[in-house]
Amino acid sequence: MTLPFYVAPEQLVKDRAEYARKGIARGRSIAALEVREGVLLLAENPSRTLTKTSEIYDRIAFAGVGKYNEFESLRVAGIRYADIKGYQYGRRDVTAKSLASAFSQTLGNIFVQGPKPFEVEVLVAEVGRTVAEDRLFKVTYDGTLYDKRGYTAIGGQADELSDRLGEDYEGTLGLAEALTLTANAFREVEGRAIDGWEGALLAREGPPRRFRRLTKEELGEIANS
Amino acid sequence: MTGSLLPLGAPLPGASFTELIRSLDLAPEWSLGPDAPPSGFHPPDATTVLALRYDGGVVMVGDRQATAGYDIAHRHIQKVFAADSYSAVAISGTAGLGVELIRLFQTELEHYEKLEGVRLSLEGKATYLARMVRSQLPMALQGFVVVPLFCGIEPESGTGHVFTFDAIGGRYEERDFGTAGSGSREARAYLRTVYSTGSDRTEAIDHSIAALVAAAGQDLATGGPDLRRGIYPNVFTVTTDGVQEVDRAEVAEAAERALEVVR
Repeated sequence: MTLPFYVAPEQLVKDRAEYARKGIARGRSIAALEVREGVLLLAENPSRTLTKTSEIYDRIAFAGVGKYNEFESLRVAGIRYADIKGYQYGRRDVTAKSLASAFSQTLGNIFVQGPKPFEVEVLVAEVGRTVAEDRLFKVTYDGTLYDKRGYTAIGGQADELSDRLGEDYEGTLGLAEALTLTANAFREVEGRAIDGWEGALLAREGPPRRFRRLTKEELGEIANS
Repeated sequence: MTGSLLPLGAPLPGASFTELIRSLDLAPEWSLGPDAPPSGFHPPDATTVLALRYDGGVVMVGDRQATAGYDIAHRHIQKVFAADSYSAVAISGTAGLGVELIRLFQTELEHYEKLEGVRLSLEGKATYLARMVRSQLPMALQGFVVVPLFCGIEPESGTGHVFTFDAIGGRYEERDFGTAGSGSREARAYLRTVYSTGSDRTEAIDHSIAALVAAAGQDLATGGPDLRRGIYPNVFTVTTDGVQEVDRAEVAEAAERALEVVR
C-alpha cells in the first residue's frame, strides 16, 4: 500500500486558488448596477444563445462567469433550489440571501473536497421596492460571499471594472445613463472594442416575474456610442 | 429541503420539476393507501368551469362555490388560474387536490421555462397536465376525482385552443368550447345554442357568464353570480398580450346582463 504524499493545507489551498483564478481570468466580465428602474446586469458576450445571465425567481437573477458547464450547472441548481423552496413554502420566502448562501456553501465544499475547484464566479441580484432594498451578492470560486452595494463586477477584469464603476458612480442612475456608464467602463478596462453585449434587467415594477432581457434596440444605443 | 447545499448532481432529472421533487422525496402523495375512505367523508368539491374560443383569444370562467355533499363549503373559492403567461387552467372535482395540482402545474411550467430558456408549446403543456391527472388515478378510483380544464394560445399564431380532460387523464382538444364540473351539462347545452364562430371578446364573456347562470339554474352545486353578496365569477382571457383577469366591474356588468338573458 502506498501512502499519499503529504500536502500542507496552505499549499493545497494556494494551488487550488491559483488554478481557479487562472480559469476565471480567461472569462469575460459582467457588471451589475442598482438603477432607478431596477437592477441592471450587463455582460460582454459574443454569443446570442449561450447566455451568462438568467432568471432565477420572481425578483432574483443570476450571472456567472468562467467555465460554461460549471456555472450552467450552478444556474440550474439555483433555479431548482428556488423553485423547490417557493413550492414548499411561499413565493415571498425565496430570497437572494439564502440562495447566495447556498451557492457559497456549495462552492466552498467543492473547493475543499472536490477533485478540482470550480473555475467560476457568480452573482446573485435581487430587486427590492426601493434601491435601499436591492441586494447584490458575489460568490467566488472558494465560496467566499460578498455583500455589495450599488454596483459590482465579476470575471477576469472584475476588480478593475468595479473600481472604474466606483469612480463614476454617484448615487442611483437611470437605466440609460447606467448603460452608457457601464459600457464605457468596460471599454476602458478592456482597452478594446467590445465583442457583443448581453443585458438584462430586474424591473422594480411590474408583474411578479421581474426578469427580462434587454432588447437589441435598448442595447443598440450603447453598441453604437 | 436539501439543507443549505444546492441540489447539484448528476442523478437529478432534466427540466421536470415533478421529477426533481420526486427524486428528493418531496413530491405530494396522490394516493390514500389501501384503505377506502370512510363513508360520509366528503371533502369540498369545486363545481362548474368553462372555456370558449373567440376571435383573437380564449375566455375561461369559473363559479366561486365549493360544496361538500348538500353543504356549501366555500362561497369565494378561486377555480380559474393563470398557468403561465399564455395559458389558463381551471379545476373541477375535489377542491383540495385540484388546488395542489394547479400549484404544481404552475411551478412545472415556470421551472421548465427558466431551465430551458423557452416556454413549452401549448400542446406540451396540455399533455403534461394530462399526465398529472393520470398520476392521480389511484385517488380518482377512491372517489376523489379532479378534472381540469385548460386553455391558452400559441403566441406565434395567435389562435386560442381549449382542452378538456377526463379522470383517467384523457386529453381532448375542443373546437369551440369546453366545460367541466357538476354543472357542465347545462353549461354545454346553453353554449351549444348561443355559440358562433368569430364572436368578439365581449360576446364571449357574456356567453360564458350566461352559461354559468344556466348551470346554476339547474345544478345545486353551482353558484351563479350573487349580486346581493357581491360574489362574481372569476373570468380570465388569454390573447397575444398574455393572460389577464377581467376586472370585477366588467364582470359585474356582464353578470347583470346574463341574469336578464337566462331564465
